[in-house]
Amino acid sequence: MDAAMTTATAPTRSARREFLAGTRLGVPVIIASAPFAILFGALAVDNGLSVGEATLMSAAIYGGASQMVGIELFGHQIAPWLVVFSIFAVNFRHVLYSAAVGRRIGHWSFIEKTVGFFFLVDPQYAEAERRTERGESVGFAWYMGMALPIYVCWVIESGLGAAFSRLLPDTKALGIDFLLPIYFLGLVMGFRTRSFWFPVVMVSAVAAIVAHKLVGSPWHVTLGAAAGVALAAAMTPSGGEEGRR
Amino acid sequence: MTETLWIIVGGALMTYLARVGGHLVLSRFERIHPRVEAGLNAVPAAVLTTLVAPAAMNGGIPEITSLVVAGAIAWVWGGMMPMFLIGGAVLIALRHLLG
Repeated sequence: MDAAMTTATAPTRSARREFLAGTRLGVPVIIASAPFAILFGALAVDNGLSVGEATLMSAAIYGGASQMVGIELFGHQIAPWLVVFSIFAVNFRHVLYSAAVGRRIGHWSFIEKTVGFFFLVDPQYAEAERRTERGESVGFAWYMGMALPIYVCWVIESGLGAAFSRLLPDTKALGIDFLLPIYFLGLVMGFRTRSFWFPVVMVSAVAAIVAHKLVGSPWHVTLGAAAGVALAAAMTPSGGEEGRR
Repeated sequence: MTETLWIIVGGALMTYLARVGGHLVLSRFERIHPRVEAGLNAVPAAVLTTLVAPAAMNGGIPEITSLVVAGAIAWVWGGMMPMFLIGGAVLIALRHLLG
């Protein structure tokens, strides 16, 4: 257990420094996600949303892939509840993030948790885990220092993309359609010292590719992740010797 | 309320539910089984891998090369910025050369 790590609270005078440390980690995220926010805004307008609705969607849901799936389905005369369900399916991985990161923020107040979980997107979660890895406490100031700039940029850029959808450049030539996979690979590599890292990555990759072919997106995320998580659980001896650590 | 707004509000509520739900369920248990603990520790690598693997599978030479180079840089140097910037540069360069 990580009790020793999660109980240590940062002194308030360093809250500002913590906030800025979080902000620094958000910079590559802002760069990598900007094209997607703009692209989302433009596609949303293409699919019949108003500029206001597109911006609201980014502000309220705040989950890139699920927003893309959502607007994709808007154009297909699909029942509203099914669109909502698809958004949930894409974001289902956040249940796992929530359970995992909850162990790091046990010292937060109820309000801080209520606010913090709203911003629990992929890079936010990954950086919180990496911070724990380094033996540092995941404080609310640090967390929001990373979360807020990313969020504000995401919402504004979605609105800009929606407002100026006609001016969209060729995203492929600039390579911006593939920046997120590179960024996500960087996050994966950041966890390479964890137990079972290599087998987990291999099994998740193969399972995700197979599921992508057989079941389709977005289920490959849930199925691929489930395979890796199950493998790590299965490789761990069960119970009886918890006192060790 | 229009149908579009209904979908946005519904999607937002379900997304927030996912983001608090895991913690709400797990925090009900006083002790976490070591296998659950190990599974949760594998979550970041497992989930993030699934966001990369299909993109790599469907990618051409520029995409795969950029991932390999970026991965190698991350392995040797650690950190995010060098691998991210060089990976992006390799991708753009190869797309222009091969495209």
